[in-house]
Amino acid sequence: MAMASACGQLCMRCRGSLSSKTAVWRCYSHVRHLIPRTRQLLKSFDGLFITKRLASTQTGLSWKQQMCCYSDLAEKHLTADAKDNKHTKELTKTSITQITNTLMPSTDVLSMTEHPAFLDLDDAAESSALEEICDEEAISISVPSSLPPTSTSLRDYVEKSETLSKLVELGVNLWKLEQRPNVGSMLLRLDFKTDVAPRLMFLKEIGVKDSCFGYIITHNPFVLCENIENLQDRVTYLKSRKFSSETVASMVSRAPYLLNFNVKRLDNRLGFYQQQLQLSASNTRNLVARLPKLLCVSLEPVKENLKVCEIELGFKQNEIQHIVVAVPKVLTANKRKLTQIFDFLHNTMKVPHYLIAKFPQVLNTKYLRVRERHLFLEYLQKAQYDPTLPNYISLDRMVSLPDEAFCTELALSTVEDFYLFQKTL
Amino acid sequence: MVTPLKLRRLHGLFCVYKPLGVHWKLVRDTIETNLLKGNVAPPPALPHKVRFLAEPSPTGEAGAAASLSAAPVPALSHHPLVTGPEFQHIRVGVGHRLDAASSGVLVLAVGNGNKALDDLYKTRVTRDYMLECEFGMATKDFSHTGRVVEKSTYGHITLDKLERVLAMLEGANQKATRMFSNVDMSSQEAYELAVQGLLGPDGKSAPILTGLRCVHFQPPSFTLEVQCLNETQKYLRKVVHEIGLELRSTAVCKNVRRTRDGLFTSRQALTRNQWSAADVMQAVQQHRYTKKTEKTVRKRSEESSAATRQSKADVMSSHRGKEHGS
Repeated sequence: MAMASACGQLCMRCRGSLSSKTAVWRCYSHVRHLIPRTRQLLKSFDGLFITKRLASTQTGLSWKQQMCCYSDLAEKHLTADAKDNKHTKELTKTSITQITNTLMPSTDVLSMTEHPAFLDLDDAAESSALEEICDEEAISISVPSSLPPTSTSLRDYVEKSETLSKLVELGVNLWKLEQRPNVGSMLLRLDFKTDVAPRLMFLKEIGVKDSCFGYIITHNPFVLCENIENLQDRVTYLKSRKFSSETVASMVSRAPYLLNFNVKRLDNRLGFYQQQLQLSASNTRNLVARLPKLLCVSLEPVKENLKVCEIELGFKQNEIQHIVVAVPKVLTANKRKLTQIFDFLHNTMKVPHYLIAKFPQVLNTKYLRVRERHLFLEYLQKAQYDPTLPNYISLDRMVSLPDEAFCTELALSTVEDFYLFQKTL
Repeated sequence: MVTPLKLRRLHGLFCVYKPLGVHWKLVRDTIETNLLKGNVAPPPALPHKVRFLAEPSPTGEAGAAASLSAAPVPALSHHPLVTGPEFQHIRVGVGHRLDAASSGVLVLAVGNGNKALDDLYKTRVTRDYMLECEFGMATKDFSHTGRVVEKSTYGHITLDKLERVLAMLEGANQKATRMFSNVDMSSQEAYELAVQGLLGPDGKSAPILTGLRCVHFQPPSFTLEVQCLNETQKYLRKVVHEIGLELRSTAVCKNVRRTRDGLFTSRQALTRNQWSAADVMQAVQQHRYTKKTEKTVRKRSEESSAATRQSKADVMSSHRGKEHGS
């Protein structure tokens, strides 16, 4: 059996390549495909093998794999986990030593004692896969996790990760968060018990409602990375500035990034608003409580907006104060839109400064809305905004009423007429 | 109520009234966002997967193997917060564009209607504009908000002179129509096309005004109604400027308003408050319905005219027969 020994040597060489589960599975599939042919070919084993050895390594390998696999099959290795690669190697080793004699499989594991060449593989598969094993063995079979090492979506990890599934239950929009760079990996690395739970408990203690957690974490996932002492310090600072706890809770719910800023920065901003607008402390508190985003945004655009109001629009200081306290959004509004709507109000509608300051909500509306309504009133010859004259139309009603109420009460017309008029503009 | 099924089956054309000062892309984006937001179906139930959950053994023996029990667990990987919304993009296309300083009818298409939009773009369909203009100044970009280049008097302009200038322009445009039609004017083919009214520019050509008239004249302001092909709004403003020059004065265009684009008029156009998903679906269905009824009406009228022609021919032949006979 010189051929067998040569084969055995080659088998030893290919042992190294048979190191992964995939190789075992591949050779299994090879075997299944080649089964009808192999029986005939094995008979003409001698001459073929020599030529096959000198032929391409792939075909040679498949032969070798076959030789090893016969022994594998016999030990129903395919049912058990292929992490027992050592097992494979041992078997091949033992089988190789025995190849010289009888080509018999090893007697380590339960198997049939027939010659592998005459093995009926269907029988082998049946007995190996469906054979009953006891419960302990069943539990000890460990299935390797099918988690991909890298992925572009958190979808693959949601079921396995406790943190992610709990976040989904809270209402966090993971799909939106995974589009931000690095946030997905950060969330995966968090541990629920040590990282997420203490911070959620802290938020609950300061009075944030459970239904807001999803919103807060979706907009600011980095709140889960902040140090709890820092968070505590910032809340104590706000309370020292005489913000009540309900106010603090509502501010945190509406401006999720609030607690990520350090105490110095919060102090800086509160001081800025108080100085620039020359407001009293309670007015500043009121302003910030209604628009907590003011503490989060950068101050340059706010300064520019204030300059625009003073210089370009021509409001006096007390008028600006009144406007800002009534409609804080003016501080963060778009400069171009602000000037456009003021230009229309002052130059086209001929509304003087004091009236605009009296009704600051007109500066917050959409330009198209004001334009359409004013032109409709002008067409009906009802556009009269001077309170001293009769048939006066107040700006705030003109701008804030919904379409039906505006048409019936102010314009004394129908909604259909208003829509038809819009198509002539 | 717009369900995902209805949204998937939404295909067709509709038109929208574009407000002044708004870029056409903003209109298209707003409509797409509204269609996606209007999708208010309740999220489907999560599929369940069977998982083996470890249960502590009832007697609590130390070292005893935990028993596994199979239980259906909702698969969180299919949760809408993890996968995202079902529809993230809807194909909404725009027909003939309108620049930001103009307003009027803007044809949009949804889904498979985009192919019809392509055909509409290529066919020779005219558009109707109302130009509100003013005598007395000329500006850099021909509109009343541009930098003023020249100011002039307009006291000498009468309606008669204006009409004369308009007639001259119309004549020039008619000539351009024939020139761009790629058909030899002295051929039978040209005559047949002209009889049917199909003589017109072939494919891309210079802008052509097929109709031009003055609807309102009160100096300094006047209004023109224009039907045109292959135009841009800037060209129309330039035409107004040239009319001013022809009248030995100057004119600017205050407002360019499209009242009709092919078969879509401003009556069917959706105003800004009607840009919700339900209104858009209704508009698409209405357009399809009107197209169908028009087709049947046209077919019936053709058949009836064919029938009358046939009966007339019979009567004539019978008459002739009688004459010959008698």
